[in-house]
Amino acid sequence: MEMSALCRDLSADTGRQKMRTLFGVAAACAAVLMLAACGGGDDAKKTASADNAFDRNPYPSTYAPFPNAPVLITNATILDGEGNLIEGGSLLLQDGKIVALGADIEAPDGAETIDATGRWVTPGIIDNHSHLGVYPSPGVTAHGDGNEVSGPVTAEVWSEHGVWPQDPGFTRAIAGGITSLQVLPGSANLFGGRGVILKNVPSRTVQGMKFPDAPYTLKMACGENPKRVYGYGNGGFPGGAPYSRMGNVAGYRQAWIRAAEYKSKWEKFESEGGEPPARDLELDTLAGVLSGDILVHMHCYRADEMAQIMDMSKDFGYKVTAFHHAVESYKIADKLAEYGACSSMWADWWGFKMEAYDGIRENIPMVHKAGACAIVHSDSDVGIQRLNQEAAKAWSDGKKVGIDIPKEVAWTWLSLNPAKSLGIDDRTGSLKPGKMADVVIWSGDPFSVYSTADQVFIDGALMFDRDHPETNPVMDFEIGQPGEGDRK
Amino acid sequence: MIRTLLTSVAALGLATAPALAETLVIRGETVWTGTAQGVIENGIVVIEDDRIVAVGGSGTEVPDGATEINAAWVTPGLIAAFSQTGLVEVGAEDSTNDTAAAMSVFSAALNAADGFNPDATAIDVTRIEGFTRLVVAPGTGNSLFAGQGFVADASGDLDTELDEKAFTFIRLGEAGAGLAGGSRQAAMMLLRAALDDARSYPARYITQNDGAVLNRVDAQALAPAARGQQLILVQASRASDLNAIMDLAEDEPSLKIVIVGADEAWRVAPRLAETGIPVIIDAFSNLPASFEKLAATSENAARLADAGATFAIANVSDGSHQARLATQLAGNAVANGLSFDDAMVALTSAPADIFGLTGFGRLAPGAHADVVAWDGDPLEIVSSPVAVIIDGEQQSMESRQTRLRDRYLNLDESERPHAYTRP
Repeated sequence: MEMSALCRDLSADTGRQKMRTLFGVAAACAAVLMLAACGGGDDAKKTASADNAFDRNPYPSTYAPFPNAPVLITNATILDGEGNLIEGGSLLLQDGKIVALGADIEAPDGAETIDATGRWVTPGIIDNHSHLGVYPSPGVTAHGDGNEVSGPVTAEVWSEHGVWPQDPGFTRAIAGGITSLQVLPGSANLFGGRGVILKNVPSRTVQGMKFPDAPYTLKMACGENPKRVYGYGNGGFPGGAPYSRMGNVAGYRQAWIRAAEYKSKWEKFESEGGEPPARDLELDTLAGVLSGDILVHMHCYRADEMAQIMDMSKDFGYKVTAFHHAVESYKIADKLAEYGACSSMWADWWGFKMEAYDGIRENIPMVHKAGACAIVHSDSDVGIQRLNQEAAKAWSDGKKVGIDIPKEVAWTWLSLNPAKSLGIDDRTGSLKPGKMADVVIWSGDPFSVYSTADQVFIDGALMFDRDHPETNPVMDFEIGQPGEGDRK
Repeated sequence: MIRTLLTSVAALGLATAPALAETLVIRGETVWTGTAQGVIENGIVVIEDDRIVAVGGSGTEVPDGATEINAAWVTPGLIAAFSQTGLVEVGAEDSTNDTAAAMSVFSAALNAADGFNPDATAIDVTRIEGFTRLVVAPGTGNSLFAGQGFVADASGDLDTELDEKAFTFIRLGEAGAGLAGGSRQAAMMLLRAALDDARSYPARYITQNDGAVLNRVDAQALAPAARGQQLILVQASRASDLNAIMDLAEDEPSLKIVIVGADEAWRVAPRLAETGIPVIIDAFSNLPASFEKLAATSENAARLADAGATFAIANVSDGSHQARLATQLAGNAVANGLSFDDAMVALTSAPADIFGLTGFGRLAPGAHADVVAWDGDPLEIVSSPVAVIIDGEQQSMESRQTRLRDRYLNLDESERPHAYTRP
């Protein structure tokens, strides 16, 4: 079953089929966040202790922007992603960057001019919670690479090692205006492993999709999934720890204690020299969190659990960048704002399990209203195709209860805030000159169900053009099949 | 509510039902009728008791003393054409989930109506988004025969009347193959043999006391479908599976078949149109999510419409808690080539006709008064209902979700904690 089906079927499936789904998916329906949001990427943030002893970036990005002539978009309604709306605006993309944004911009030599009269322009959408590639289409058994269920603490695994770059889901996502995304391990485990941040460009290799110099992230999970997967032991009783929410927290704390010891060994080595400590992949990742290099993204539905996790993070000296799903963030939005964690949310998913029972349609605007960081995420290969619509629903539902947020501000839920949560907001997430030219031209107001992403630029290159389906990407799996893309 | 009132009035010996009649006048800037009247600008819908009595323009005669509702849009009540709403409270909690019974000794005989809970919170959540009727199908347990589905109104009234056993639900395709023992041929053999068992009920059960595949109880339950007296809903996706179902329909022309899912239906759309077999589709399905959906496309609805096939749109992949998203699904179908009218038909008159709900899904004099007044275009994600009327009665626009929202919207704990706030 594909990821979206997995996630969506949490509520739809039944009986034993449902339980299987829950293992696979609830697991996969999990979450990530930010410490060094404005850092300069891997190179700038290597832990001193590890610098000389081992390569902290052994699978480096090989992505380079694709060529494109300069593009001047004119007469557009532009949401700049930083809270401003420009009517009749122009946007110049050149050499892969946003060069100018405003009213009257001269087209440079050789530029293509796109008259966007009646159309809207926004930054590309960034989904900070996807399982594309690790739960790809088709969702056959052999493709379930998103949950290393072998133990409750698997911080040693990296989602990029499970990503299948041929997942057709990437091509559907670009048709929805997705220009970057975070692929996370699932939420079966307390520590699910490292996430990876990708540019949504087709590539023969995962390395060819990796967002250059993006920080690593760590996926953690609260609540029902870890205790079900391990404590309930895949049908055996008792399966093992954790069996309860108490066991969940004990499991996190024990791991952080080990990570702190590991980190101090490396620091001692760094200052005193001698034999380097034995490498431990799991603790490399956890120590990276404690050093502030790796951002924590944590699947957590319930308000009371998020509050516990915030205290725990203070105890161990790290910070949760984002809580994911965060179905009850509206209950503690003030506390989330004070702490400084983002909430990555759906517009309206609810009820598929107990910790999702109190979902409401106004969660996103209520978090925003409290001054906390709100993000619209998908956790679904279906949802990722229309995150603008999910934001529109939340925007509208907020407005109807008196939370009046301008559309240009609400767009921060889709681009800038997720970029912050991934530590890439210095390079993408808004139309600020100098940033990557990750841009979507919409057929109309993207807060309408009838609007579609017409053209999608990634680093200034036109990577999706709805008007010319023959130019759009088709992954190997779909070649020679009766579908061959969405609209064959 | 009306039923409850009637009961209490009757108890007082004042059996004057007509005196309780409420008259509603709904004015809409845009009234989408779903009939030959088309769209009426500045239209009026008049409701008396449980029926629509007039639909017309601004000059329509309006009775005195009516309750007036003004709205941007007025439409027929939407029909959730395929759901599990009311059968489950919390999906993952088996104690609250009556959608399916993997350990049951019965299959086709399982009557989903026996599991319906009008207090299920998903009913309110679905109703306040404009859905007035719910087609509710059981899930499959240990057999490709899931059991008997029903149609309910979305009032959530404790005494909600159900149209029980409105259809029997069967799964084919990959799921059906698994349930039948491991292959599509096993599923098709099982289906044909079961229909044979059911058709020969009760005769063969008197002489042999057993069928080839169905026990007595399941054979009895499947008999109406096997004899063409009850609708058969079959879920399948792959074009070849849809052809196999149409082959079956040609072999046994009395069967009344509807296909659910039908992700590759566009490839066999002319044949669907010719055979008159309707489909209920999930308009979000555009991924090769499995090997039976390789040709899934977001243009499925538009292509079916072009071929003249009959279809309804439903949230097939999550019908228990999110049946309400069918409007968004339909809007996306419009963004992918379907006409607005066809999309509205797919949420109203098409499911009404598929399930034989005479007098539903249209705004017309004499029709059942299931009506929704909206603050905007009903397919727009930013629109929502301002009033929902079922059988002539204005419904509550509250749900457990709106109550939770209102508790936390402006929470003030300076005097007492949250639990003392009950807005």
